Amino acid sequence: MEFDFADQQPKLLMLMYGLVAFVLVVGGLLLLLDVVPAWFARRREAQLIAASVGGGPLPRRRKQREGLFAFFFLLPTLLLLVIGLVVPAIRTTLLSLMDGTSTNWVGLRNYGWMFSDDSIFRVLINTLVWVLLVPLVATGFGLIYAVLVDKARFEAVAKSLIFLPMAISFVGASIIWKFVYAYRGDGDQIGLLNQIVVSLGGEPKQWLLESPLNTLLLIVIMVWIQAGFAMVVLSAAIKAIPGDIVEAARLDGVSPWQMFWQITMPSIRPALIVVVVTLTIATLKVFDIVRTSTNGNYDTSVIASEMYNQAFRYGQNGQGSALAVFLFILVIPVVIYQIRNLRQQREG
Amino acid sequence: MTTATPTVAAGTQKTDGTPTTTAGRVRKRLNSRTATLVSIVIAVVWTIPTFGLLVSSLRPEDEIKTTGWWTAFTNPQFTLENYQQVLFGRSSSSGQLAGSFINSLAITIPSVLFPLAFACLAAYALAWINFRGRDWVYIAIFALQIVPLQMALVPLLKFFSTGVTLGGVTLMPAWDLVDEQKFAQVWFAHTCFALPFAVFLLHNFISQLPGDLMEAARVDGATHPKIFRTIVLPLITPALAAFGIFQFLWVWNDLLVALIFAGGGDETAPLTVQLAEMAGTRGNEWQRLTAGAFVSIVVPLIVFLSLQRFFVRGLLAGSVKG
Repeated sequence: MEFDFADQQPKLLMLMYGLVAFVLVVGGLLLLLDVVPAWFARRREAQLIAASVGGGPLPRRRKQREGLFAFFFLLPTLLLLVIGLVVPAIRTTLLSLMDGTSTNWVGLRNYGWMFSDDSIFRVLINTLVWVLLVPLVATGFGLIYAVLVDKARFEAVAKSLIFLPMAISFVGASIIWKFVYAYRGDGDQIGLLNQIVVSLGGEPKQWLLESPLNTLLLIVIMVWIQAGFAMVVLSAAIKAIPGDIVEAARLDGVSPWQMFWQITMPSIRPALIVVVVTLTIATLKVFDIVRTSTNGNYDTSVIASEMYNQAFRYGQNGQGSALAVFLFILVIPVVIYQIRNLRQQREG
Repeated sequence: MTTATPTVAAGTQKTDGTPTTTAGRVRKRLNSRTATLVSIVIAVVWTIPTFGLLVSSLRPEDEIKTTGWWTAFTNPQFTLENYQQVLFGRSSSSGQLAGSFINSLAITIPSVLFPLAFACLAAYALAWINFRGRDWVYIAIFALQIVPLQMALVPLLKFFSTGVTLGGVTLMPAWDLVDEQKFAQVWFAHTCFALPFAVFLLHNFISQLPGDLMEAARVDGATHPKIFRTIVLPLITPALAAFGIFQFLWVWNDLLVALIFAGGGDETAPLTVQLAEMAGTRGNEWQRLTAGAFVSIVVPLIVFLSLQRFFVRGLLAGSVKG
């Protein structure tokens, strides 16, 4: 029962190396950008003096200096993006056309496999259910709560409590909810859900093993986390509605119901779209919850977790890459929709 | 003016929708009472799962495994034994989360600092330095936001393990990292994946700084690095805080990147990886899972609660302004 802190030293040393590297890279870059232009400036000054004394030609001020600065400011970012994102993304696309060990080209076979294999088809259906339900339920709940809490006392506290799960990791949240869904064969139940079921006279169940239901129970976890995000953004949008519009509507004697549909909803529409789009993208990539709760077993797998399994557990790089590419393709229309909306907003 | 004020006040009171009849007033108060009540009830329900976890983590092992956590109120028995075990326990099954906690820190701190600094520089250049193709660079970085990080995982791992060879020429040798050196891979991956959003968010802030300020500094002969350090950086501290918190929560809570680039070994696995492992292999050891989960939650919770203001501001800037 002893913990050896000496074991931890190499890690802390590594952390220190990291921090030193950070200081060297960033500090060095800034220093370079400071010193080099200063040196040029001094040389130019000397040239100017020499020119005025000796009557030689005046040196021309160089115009591309701006571009040079920009280049160095952007260098680390562009370099990292190309190495870490652009090139890998292109390679993944190529890998998706190759077999499991990335040696032979197989054309579109991996994509054919995706839609013909029953278990993978199931994965696609699950992902569809996630993508339909999470944004809808989380946004709906967030909106209702934002409207509700707008008039309430203790607004800040109530909002914080809903928002709090945002800080909890998907892994932590999954454990929290696994505990809620926990099952004991005999005697007292330790899971809250089974306890409620039992006290209502039902039979306790192994919730996470029951196929279509378990996917819904995992979706509850995601909604629990993301509703706070929707609520905060929408609440801010509601508060930003100009007071005189609300006032004018009140003067006209509209009912709260009409007020909601004819004043609130149109005013917060941009925020609503942003929330739905953000949640849709986040849901498409959901991985941690499925992996922690069921490891993708019992028909709960989704694209992102299946991609991990194929590429990193079964060594099927081709099939894993195909799933990743498919994920990317699914994201594109959502983003295009958002960009079009933003443009309309700017023009309107 | 003095005579006008009361009438205006009276006018607004009326337009405020304040009902004139007693019944109406009662109904309105009831409405807001109901709203308060309902919203508090929902907030409590929302918190119950987390609360149950916290209570359970403080109960003795056989109590957790045989009775529900709600019985702890009628039969209070509390202990810190679970935390002791899960943090410092010697047996490998206990998790040894103290080590993972340090791993999480070692992964998170540089993974926040690097993208923050790089994105800041890039955002400044994109907002305030005139160069050809600026808009295209910005659009390209913006567009990269939509590439799911799943697209980069397999090749990036290969990049670390085998290096880069082009036509038989080794452009970069394999990193060949072992044990705690693997942190560098995780930093690298997190930095790359964070940059598009970071540049976008910080650009939103930096481009809104007053142009006159920059112009004045330029006229005074300040160079771009000087303007960046002395004018821009101090002004965008709230934005830096917002992105810092964002990235901190993201990295600390991340499972996927850590799983792939840090591996599952005790030397590098952060809390999330270790916990996910425990949940998979020892799913019924609730005394460890509850305590472990709370250990992983507590740091982001503190960060979040103390800096919520910045976080919300960043969230709104990142999503609403678009």
